[in-house]
Amino acid sequence: MKLIVNGEALEVEATTLEALLKELDYEGGWLATALNGDVVPAAGRAEFRLSEGDRIEILSPMQGG
Amino acid sequence: MFDLLGTKLASRLLLGTARYPSPAILADAVRASGTSVVTVSLRREMAGGRAGEQFWSLIRSLGVRVLPNTAGCHSVKEAVTTAKMAREVFGTSWIKLEVIGNHDTLQPDVFGLVEAARILCQDGFSVFPYTTDDLVVAERLLEAGCKVLMPWCAPIGSALGPVNIMALRSLRGHFPDVPLIVDAGLGRPSHAATVMELGFDAVLLNTAVAKAADPVGMARAFSKAVDAGREAYGSGLLEPRDVAVPSTPTIGRAVFS
Repeated sequence: MKLIVNGEALEVEATTLEALLKELDYEGGWLATALNGDVVPAAGRAEFRLSEGDRIEILSPMQGG
Repeated sequence: MFDLLGTKLASRLLLGTARYPSPAILADAVRASGTSVVTVSLRREMAGGRAGEQFWSLIRSLGVRVLPNTAGCHSVKEAVTTAKMAREVFGTSWIKLEVIGNHDTLQPDVFGLVEAARILCQDGFSVFPYTTDDLVVAERLLEAGCKVLMPWCAPIGSALGPVNIMALRSLRGHFPDVPLIVDAGLGRPSHAATVMELGFDAVLLNTAVAKAADPVGMARAFSKAVDAGREAYGSGLLEPRDVAVPSTPTIGRAVFS
């Protein structure tokens, strides 16, 4: 399936958001995810089915002013 | 102690965590400032990356409260989504709400800001809106549910200091009971002291400390300036006048001719 992850086009095997994080080597409780502009809480990632062309954002804490 | 939305804070200085020469200097500057609250952000993490984990671990070790921001958001939708993601990651409903309207001045889009503030307040957030010094916008933000306001005193990172004292005075005068935090534009400790003397409750700064030749020394200097300005405000400042008034008593003065 083709997805856009953090602005980059990728071909992946994963069909859920949780599986996608594992496949791309993302792990940790400090990550936040959004799909097509809406938040997907950590608790909802396992059952969240991905669709062709979905845009996913994976964010983590960073310096800020 | 400074009561901010029911939270007792030891310091009236809030400090940003960006643009320091190194994580170690950031940590030392935070300690030297005596701050109780630092601002943080969310950014894209690289696959397999651990940058976010390392930063978050450093911040947690400092024992301070965090105020996540929505920096870089240019639309209501972006800001609201970022705020919700920040709440989950940082475990706080405090959010410094930024909706940027102009690329050059980083001036807030105050229309989008009010709209986003309303949505987030209804969702249980404590919204700290990064706004201009406009009185009417401030009123709209309070109507939207904000309990605190964060007007700029000059554009972010400009180091210009308070460019419109009259507007800042007006905000303080109209909202005596609302916590007002000057956010953005402070360049020198004397700028911080000036706005604190006007009766502002706190200041939030980043670049002036982070980009100083010695961020740790500058953090300490700002801390003293904030305390000095606050104490001066509480002690009753002398109003300026156009004529001289002798400070030494004139009664009993010797007459030699």
